[in-house]
Parts: sequence; C-alpha cells; structure tokens
Amino acid sequence: MIAHSIFFYTFSIIAIVSAIMVTASKNTVHSVFFLILDFISISCLFIMIGAEFLGMIMLIVYVGAVAVLFLFVVMMLNVAQQKNQWFSSEESSKHIPVGLIISTLIFVELIIVVGGWKYKPDLFDINNSIEINNVSNTHSLGQVLYTDYIHIFQISGMILLVAMIGAIVLTFRKRVGVKTQSYIKQISRERSDGVSVVKVESNKGVKIDD
Amino acid sequence: MEYLSILFDQVYKILFLLVPVLVSVAMVVWLDRRVWAFVQKRQGPNVVGPFGLLQTIADALKYIFKEIIIPSTSNKVIFILAPIVTMTLALIAWAVIPFSATQVLADINVGILYLFAVSSLGVYGIIMGGWASNSKYPFLGAIRSAAQMVSYEVSIGVIIINVLLCVGSLNLNDIVIAQQDLWFVIPLFPMFVIFFISALAETNRPPFDLPEAEAELVAGYQTEYSGMMYAMFWLGEYANILLMCAIGAILFLGGWLSPLEIYPFTLVPGPLWLVLKILLLFLLFALVKAIVPRYRYDQLMKLGWKVFLPLSLIWVVLTASYLFYFNLLPVN
Repeated sequence: MIAHSIFFYTFSIIAIVSAIMVTASKNTVHSVFFLILDFISISCLFIMIGAEFLGMIMLIVYVGAVAVLFLFVVMMLNVAQQKNQWFSSEESSKHIPVGLIISTLIFVELIIVVGGWKYKPDLFDINNSIEINNVSNTHSLGQVLYTDYIHIFQISGMILLVAMIGAIVLTFRKRVGVKTQSYIKQISRERSDGVSVVKVESNKGVKIDD
Repeated sequence: MEYLSILFDQVYKILFLLVPVLVSVAMVVWLDRRVWAFVQKRQGPNVVGPFGLLQTIADALKYIFKEIIIPSTSNKVIFILAPIVTMTLALIAWAVIPFSATQVLADINVGILYLFAVSSLGVYGIIMGGWASNSKYPFLGAIRSAAQMVSYEVSIGVIIINVLLCVGSLNLNDIVIAQQDLWFVIPLFPMFVIFFISALAETNRPPFDLPEAEAELVAGYQTEYSGMMYAMFWLGEYANILLMCAIGAILFLGGWLSPLEIYPFTLVPGPLWLVLKILLLFLLFALVKAIVPRYRYDQLMKLGWKVFLPLSLIWVVLTASYLFYFNLLPVN
C-alpha cells in the first residue's frame, strides 16, 4: 500500500500544480500544455482507483483529440505574443465581480456534489459488489449504459450532435467564385475528353471552341 | 527489500523488451532503405558491416557526435521536450504487446485502448517540435500533421470497434485468442485495407508524408533539429511504424498464432510468428513508400473524412447486424 499512496500523492500533486499553472503561466500555449499534463495525471488517478476504461477514454478523447484542437486554435490565434496582458489591464478589473460570483457558484456546487458522494450510505456496498461479481470495469459500464441509462446516453449523444451541427452552421460561409478541384472529376477524365484528332486543311487552321 | 526485488524484476523485463525493440528499429531502417533502393534499381546501404546491416548504427554514432543546435528564438524547454516525447511515446506502447500467451510485460484489461491512447498522443511530439522551433516551415508541418493524425485516428478507432465486436474484450491476448479459428483479416478484409492506409497516414509515411514533405516544407517539423535530437525524432518515427505494424498484426493477422496448427508450423515459437507478421506488414509499408507518389493535402483530408470514416462506420453496422442475426455475439 505504501507504493500505492506514493503514486497517488505524486499524481495528485502533479494534477493540482499543473491546474494552478494553467491559469498562472504567462504563455497561453504553455497553459494548454499544463492542461494536457493535468488531463494525463487525472487519467492516471482514474486508473489507480480501478476505473481503467474511464482513464483510457479520458486520454483518447481529451488529450488525443480535444486538447490537440485546443492547442491548434491557440497556436493559430497567436495569443502567445500577448502574454496575458489583458488580465492585468484596467479594463479587465471590471469583470472581477462577475467572475467571483460564477466561481463561488461552481465552488458551492462542487461542495454539494462531494458532500453528497462522501455521505452516500451505500457507497461501500457498491464497491464490494463490483469485486464480488468479478466483472471488469468495461463490462460493468456496458451492462448499465445501454440498458438502465439508455435514454440519458442517447440524450447526451443528441446534445453533442446538436452542438456539432451548431458549430458547423455558425462557421459555415458559402463562398462564391471559388475554384475547387474535384478528384472524382480528375480521375474520371478520359482521353476522349481532352484530346481530339482533327483533320486540318492547309492554310485554314482549326477553330477551337472553349 | 521486497519492493526492490519487484523493481529489479520489472526493470530486467523492460530492458529485455526495449533493447530488442531498439535494435530492430535500427535494422528496420536499413531494411526500409534497402527495399526502397531495390525498387529503384539501386544498391542502397551495403558498405558498413555485412550487407550494410550496421549502416544505421554508424548513422546513429554520427548523430551522437554532431552538435545540437538550439535556435535562439525557439521556446527552449518545449523544443528539447518534443523529441523526448516522441521517443518515449513510441517506446511505452510496447509494454502491452503480447509476444505469446504469457510473454507480455503488462497484460491489462484495456490493452487496445492503451495502444490507441498512446498512438493518439504521438501527435504532441510533432506539434511541440513545430511550434517551439518558432519558424515557418516547422509550424506549417506541425499544423498539417495535427489535422492529419486527428482525422485518421477517428477511422482507426472505428476499425478497432469492428474487431472488438468480434472479440468481446479489450485485452490484447483475448483478441489474439479469438482469432484461433479464423484470422480477422478474412472476414474484415476491407477494414484491414483501410487500417493499413490509415496507419500509413497516422505514422506520416509516404504517400501521406505531408508534414515533412521535403519539396514544400524542407523537412517539416524536423527542420530546426540537429544531432541527437533529430535522431530521436527519427528513431521514434520508425518505432511508431513498427508499433502500427504490430497493432495490425494483432488485430487482423492473429498476433502470435501460427497460420496453421499442424506439424511444421507449430515448431516455430509464438514470438517469432509475431515478428514475422510485423516484418511482412513493414515490407508492405516500405514498398508503398517506394511505389506511390505523394498525395495532395486536400485529397488526403477528403480520403480520411469522406471515404474512410463513412465506410468503416457502415462496416460497424454490418458487422454488428451480422453477429446479432446469427447469434454470434461474444457474451461472457
């Protein structure tokens, strides 16, 4: 158990420190890298409590896809050169009350969630039942996800779909007069479309229509 | 004391895995160059050692003794971290590859997810290198590579779902054992083809080597790197290629299983079969590099999103319906 707690505290310290560094670091791209480090250490914590499926999905979805796109956007916006000047300027101090209210709300919600989880009466029974059944983490998730929680699962899928379509609709612009290459057209081009053998009379020339 | 002995035991096992992987990476670079030369009717590296086998070792020595140049405008920490990330990620994935029913460093429940996660993290080495160089060609290369790898990962993920539907477990050994009667390359042949092409794109191999297209971008994200740091990118790239070959061999070619369970085949031990299958896939990789010209970038993205993704999604539905209709779904 000593090794277990050493690993636990190492990962938690890395998670907390990198979470602080996300907001504290001057360079925006560094913030994203610290966010990635945070994700990785949290997925390590997931794996340590036996939720290996969640940990791996966290790595694949958040680190492998979401954070890559995030990094992509941050690099393209070139905010790295601004060095977080906005946060120390006069203008930003007007937003401090709003930010405080929102963060207090989130903090209270977190307290409620953690408190409710901590004092849930049958918490230990659930832990034991998993070990007795000897079903792996992935199997037990699959058994409930598509049976008991199918509606919630479908609704969350719908929300993601709507968000995706919304993002496309918001950013889609129909541009006119843009020349595009269609590879189907390019591949399906035959010799007869491009070349034609014409009998040319001397001193007359050929009329090319285009 | 007990912890120490466990630690030494593990370190010994890890070294026993990593040293052969690194040596085979060096050999595979030689093989790649020889195949490439063979197709073009050249000799290829044939001077250093027997058949030029030690050419890669000589190259590595040359890289070690070269000066490492760090551009003054680069972001130094991330610039140095990038090749380390590439190399580390290429090597840690080998921990879950099963070489036989018992010879596996970490036989974890979610082995295939681990492999997928590690290969999806591989893009970070390239992005970090490209951004930290603070130069135009590396940055363009990094952006291309990020878009390309994220796109092709999606279809690789869906292909893995196809295989998992037939297996009913995320453990790599279970996946191998499920192919005892029939390798998945036969029922899922279109998926194998798509997996192979996606693996080419995922490892930035020709014809999808746009992140380092030398005609347009000098060397892409590696432009500013020199000496040992360049060599680490290079070794990591080849280790990743071998890893994708190993994943392909495990998912579709039956991993360490022998092709037929009859006398002459059963003499060959399981690990050797896996190595042979990895080599077969790698030969395909090398031949593709020599034969096929480079894709245009928009065609590459179209191929990923408009051809491979819909095709593999349809195949998931087909596989699931087939297994459900004939009551073949693996339930345990």
